Amino acid sequence: METKVTGKVIVVGDNIDTDQIYPGCYLALTDPKEIGSHCLEGVSREIAPSFPQGGIVVAGRNFGCGSSREHAPIALLAMGAKAVLADSFARIFFRNAVNLGLLPVICKGISRHVSAGQTVTLDLDKGTVTVAETGEVLSCEQLGEQAMLILEAGGIKPLMRARFGK
Amino acid sequence: MHAIEKILARNSGRESVRTGEIVTAKVDFAEINDLYLQTVYSFYEMGGEKVWDRERCAFVFDHYAPCPDVKSASNHKEMREFAKKNNLRFHFDTNCGVCHQVMPEAGVIYPGMIVVATDSHTTTHGAFGAMGTGCGATDMATILMTGELWFRVPEIIEVRLEGRAPKGVYPKDVILAVLGKIRADGAVYKAVDFTGSYVESLNVAGRMTICNMAVEMGAKTAYMQPNQDVLDYVSLRSVRPFEVQYTDPGYEYAETHVFDVSVLEPELACPHSVENVYPLHEVISEKEVKLDQGYIGSCTGGREEDIAVAAGILRGKHIAPYTRLIIVPASNEVLEECIKKGYIQDLMKAGATVTAPGCAACLGVHEGILAPGENCITSTNRNFPGRMGSKEASLWLASPATVAASLLNGKITDPRPYL
Repeated sequence: METKVTGKVIVVGDNIDTDQIYPGCYLALTDPKEIGSHCLEGVSREIAPSFPQGGIVVAGRNFGCGSSREHAPIALLAMGAKAVLADSFARIFFRNAVNLGLLPVICKGISRHVSAGQTVTLDLDKGTVTVAETGEVLSCEQLGEQAMLILEAGGIKPLMRARFGK
Repeated sequence: MHAIEKILARNSGRESVRTGEIVTAKVDFAEINDLYLQTVYSFYEMGGEKVWDRERCAFVFDHYAPCPDVKSASNHKEMREFAKKNNLRFHFDTNCGVCHQVMPEAGVIYPGMIVVATDSHTTTHGAFGAMGTGCGATDMATILMTGELWFRVPEIIEVRLEGRAPKGVYPKDVILAVLGKIRADGAVYKAVDFTGSYVESLNVAGRMTICNMAVEMGAKTAYMQPNQDVLDYVSLRSVRPFEVQYTDPGYEYAETHVFDVSVLEPELACPHSVENVYPLHEVISEKEVKLDQGYIGSCTGGREEDIAVAAGILRGKHIAPYTRLIIVPASNEVLEECIKKGYIQDLMKAGATVTAPGCAACLGVHEGILAPGENCITSTNRNFPGRMGSKEASLWLASPATVAASLLNGKITDPRPYL
């Protein structure tokens, strides 16, 4: 897995729930591309069409709270996001993100140190987030052994396929 | 150890577990709701062939019950085929109700078990002394393949609820007051054990309402030590023998929050967050809140007790002109009981719209969607922007009594004078 990710950011607020990440009216959709086109529509319809590929979503506290819908990380990945940096994450969102290979990394206070369009580099080995424009270096938390085990395998699906010899 | 830790230890084949440890535990029952066709896709993508145990997993078609469009109908069709192919012992189609009501009724929920479902409100089953937790589609697919899931043993918070609730204060008001204090992320990754004299004397429905909303604080699971009401309920229904777990005396909680229920009032979670909680009288003394819709239903507030209190307030009266009141019984069993007791007839005469049991408009899918600029008071669990339709609509969370009294007047109203 890549332990270093560089990308342009968008910044959203606190308590961005899964209804805002992926509104309930689209839950019957199953095609990831179509799902991605509605990503963060509950915050603004403008986000998904203009999201920088390989970009990073920066948020406040409790990102991904609410429903257990896996559509939320599917939408973020399909929109082009590689990582979410936030003060904290809701538990089910965190698990879903890790399972699918989206990096949910706790970086306290990050949303006050970057603004939309800036470029940051997340370095998981060093536990740092560097803002290119300002040179500021913030520290982020480690993902935990179990999450790393899944991410290093490329997500839960390759891990399970290997376990079952498929 | 705490009862939750004993459940985790027993299901992972250990003598004991410690906070922070990762364990792989057997899942006693796994439930997939109809938003999660992805579970079937992930199951096959990972090389799944047959589910690990046809007795211990089921689909509940509740979010699209009955189907509002071709896409959801097609999803149901694929899931139904999967259920048939695996010859699942239990199958709950669109004629049953909300999963968290339907499962206990069917006897697949009992004390001391682990239930995992593709639904965040699986914390509800703490009401029965079970460990219930939600997961996503692909985590669920791993359970269907292996019968187990990894868990981090959580810190456990005690929420001690003491005293008797005054007239007009319902379990919904109590959990809203708790949420207002602990906040929407106060229990993330943690378990919440509700204790105290209020909980000890609380009936099954009230326990379910409180445990249901533990996830709105971010909780991984909730717990209540079963009382006689719970034991009577599960003894009549459980499909398996069970063992109640007890927390050891002297167990040390990570945190304890104490609430005196006897001083609470009817509460409201105001737009657009579950933690934006105020006593109702403070909200309406500041400004009048006119309403377009009221909603009584969901895994939080759609049980017989909820519908009964609304019928009591609205019997022989009529909701305000140009308002709608949507009643969604949480299950067919609830609907049947409410018909038998005349509640449904009372509510229909009062101007209510009664829909099929299921999740309906609680998550903005169908049967009661709001237009931009509309205001709705609801007995459900979330008031996020856009949760019940337009993101320019506003939602107030309240008890079913507050919803009923408010619709009578077309504005948010203290229910106490109507009881």
